[in-house]
Amino acid sequence: MTDKDLQVQEKKELQTEAENTRDVPVFIPPVDIYESDGELTLLADMPGVPPENVEIDLNNNQLTIKGVAAKPENGGRALLREYAVGDYYRQFTLSEAIDRGKIAASMKDGVLRVVLPKAEAARPRKIDVKAA
Amino acid sequence: MARIRYPNFTYGFPGMIHEFTRMRRDMERLFADLTGVVPDTLSSGVFPAINVTEDGDDVRVEAEMPGIHPENLDISVTGKTLTLRGERKLEEVENAGYHRRERRGGCFHKAVTLPHEVNTEKIAATFKDGVLTLVLPKAEHAAPKRITVKAA
Repeated sequence: MTDKDLQVQEKKELQTEAENTRDVPVFIPPVDIYESDGELTLLADMPGVPPENVEIDLNNNQLTIKGVAAKPENGGRALLREYAVGDYYRQFTLSEAIDRGKIAASMKDGVLRVVLPKAEAARPRKIDVKAA
Repeated sequence: MARIRYPNFTYGFPGMIHEFTRMRRDMERLFADLTGVVPDTLSSGVFPAINVTEDGDDVRVEAEMPGIHPENLDISVTGKTLTLRGERKLEEVENAGYHRRERRGGCFHKAVTLPHEVNTEKIAATFKDGVLTLVLPKAEHAAPKRITVKAA
């Protein structure tokens, strides 16, 4: 149990020249990216996006994540609005060679997980030194 | 000699920023009360961020809480106060190096005053795609009543 208090992370809106055709805000999802020997894992918070609305694209070294919010904000009289509902978009340039065929992605409780296995050539190799 | 009084600078620059943020928030709240228009977003700074809407019979509360397991969530209603309490646990990763760490974990405890008394027996809670939705039916005496006029 951590006793650290959780703060609200204000959603950052994406600034682009090209506007979206849908009139909804586009946010930059907060991510965690970590690397182990064999793979690169990316976690992104995209609440309100169902698994079927996630698009992941790897073009050259450019990884693009897109998430489309399931529904617009619901009707009724708004009494309090602390967050806006919208889509998510973020791009990364990968420095390492990735084995494209083995990329796996899953979405659970609004958190996207993308596992990018490194290509054979990019894996660290231990070099044994033989005694002469 | 003319003297110019400055606002409280005791806490230095960050304190001043904080003070302006608070002032902005107060002003927005004031205008929201005056005009009835709810501003774009107005964060209370307490996790989770919530949206509250109301229609004829229900009060709806939605909260964004990605990656929180429903079993780590405790929701209660006492009188007109709704309390959301829980913890967001981020998985511990071993033998890996972080490139980015922007997601946050920790405990939260938020209390909100509802606009009406609600029927606590009939509250429905769903959790889907990281969004919690609570539908709180207004209590009998708070729900609008339709009065039909009979022709005499």
